[in-house]
Amino acid sequence: MEPANDITLTVNGTQVSRRVAPRQHLVDFLRDELGLTGSHIGCEHGVCGACTVRVNGDIVRGCLMLAVQADGCTVETVEGLSDSRELAALQKAFHEKNALQCGFCTPGMLLAAQDLIRRGENGMSRERIREHISGNYCRCTGYQAIVDAIEEVING
Amino acid sequence: MKAPAFAYVKPKSLAEAFELLEQPGAKVLAGGQSLIPSLNMRLSSPQLLVDITGLSALRTITLEQAVVRIGALVTHAQLGQSEDIRKHVPLLAAAVPHIAHPAIRNRGTFGGSIALADPAAEYPACLVALNASIVVQGKDGERIVSAESFFKGLFEVDLRPGELVVAAEIRAQLKDERCAFLELARRHGDYAIIGIAAVQSEGNRFVFFGAGSTPVFARNASREPDLGAARAALARELEPPADLYNSSTTKRHLAGVLLERAWNQLTTSP
Repeated sequence: MEPANDITLTVNGTQVSRRVAPRQHLVDFLRDELGLTGSHIGCEHGVCGACTVRVNGDIVRGCLMLAVQADGCTVETVEGLSDSRELAALQKAFHEKNALQCGFCTPGMLLAAQDLIRRGENGMSRERIREHISGNYCRCTGYQAIVDAIEEVING
Repeated sequence: MKAPAFAYVKPKSLAEAFELLEQPGAKVLAGGQSLIPSLNMRLSSPQLLVDITGLSALRTITLEQAVVRIGALVTHAQLGQSEDIRKHVPLLAAAVPHIAHPAIRNRGTFGGSIALADPAAEYPACLVALNASIVVQGKDGERIVSAESFFKGLFEVDLRPGELVVAAEIRAQLKDERCAFLELARRHGDYAIIGIAAVQSEGNRFVFFGAGSTPVFARNASREPDLGAARAALARELEPPADLYNSSTTKRHLAGVLLERAWNQLTTSP
């Protein structure tokens, strides 16, 4: 029989307990067990960034962390950060600047961008923004509009 | 791409970890940023993952008697933010921004990168350039191995079954010493095409990564008194393997370019 471990974690402010197979990665757990399908699965080996979620305040790759490793952690996803309106300014800017087409990369992109915004650095260059989102792939926009949107939120 | 089934334990002490690692098919899990992709791609199929991230004693950076000791579980992000590292091991501080991306730097560990020894990775070359010591521990005790002899071959290091990398020890940089770290990659955060970790103390130490199966210490180039002679010596001693996009000749040329940039940085930086 496949091994299983009991875990308890806080997801978007709600405590959840589940029994998981150790091989299940965090983003599969969030999508399949909790129905939080906002975090997307792209490459499943840490390259594309579509599965970016926040664990204990830091962004991580949801496909490069096992659900069992999130035992005792606080996890936030695009759903929770939308509900709390933390992402509201970014979402508005993405909309206005046409910073998405198919939208597949957008949840991960928003989390990565918000991570940069939270660092509160002054006078951020486009180069710095590009560097920070370099681990999040977008196959539609060519990034220009995404950088525009992030720049708008950071520099006004 | 789903990993094969395995069991998982998270020991609370090193002693417990060493005991668990004796089980057949046991493998160490730290940050998981290299191991989990290889599991997802089913390139590796351990029976038991021993998650050592609960061993908080391995997560500290300490400075004692001019030696900086970096615990194996220190993350890339933690290294990048450390004031002690910026001040006393600036070579590593300069290397961190080149490692993958922020989300990966938040979980990937210093010790994991050392134990895996990817030939294109940043830390192994830095540690060889810095003449660092790798602290290895097993159930029978601790061993200190020089970085130069620790990296033995392609993904091959001086670790015996059941042993862990627990820390690296690096002499704090002196006032009149210099260092330079440069890397060429196709996109930001990609694996290096070629890179250099350069240290200037009593003499020069130029160490290249992405240039062979281990970090490559360019001994002859490091001995030369002027740039022209160093570039000529490097062209003779470096034989980098081609990768998917770059021939050996291209890489050797790029190594020379980086050597020149590093040389200029070492001789002109304040």
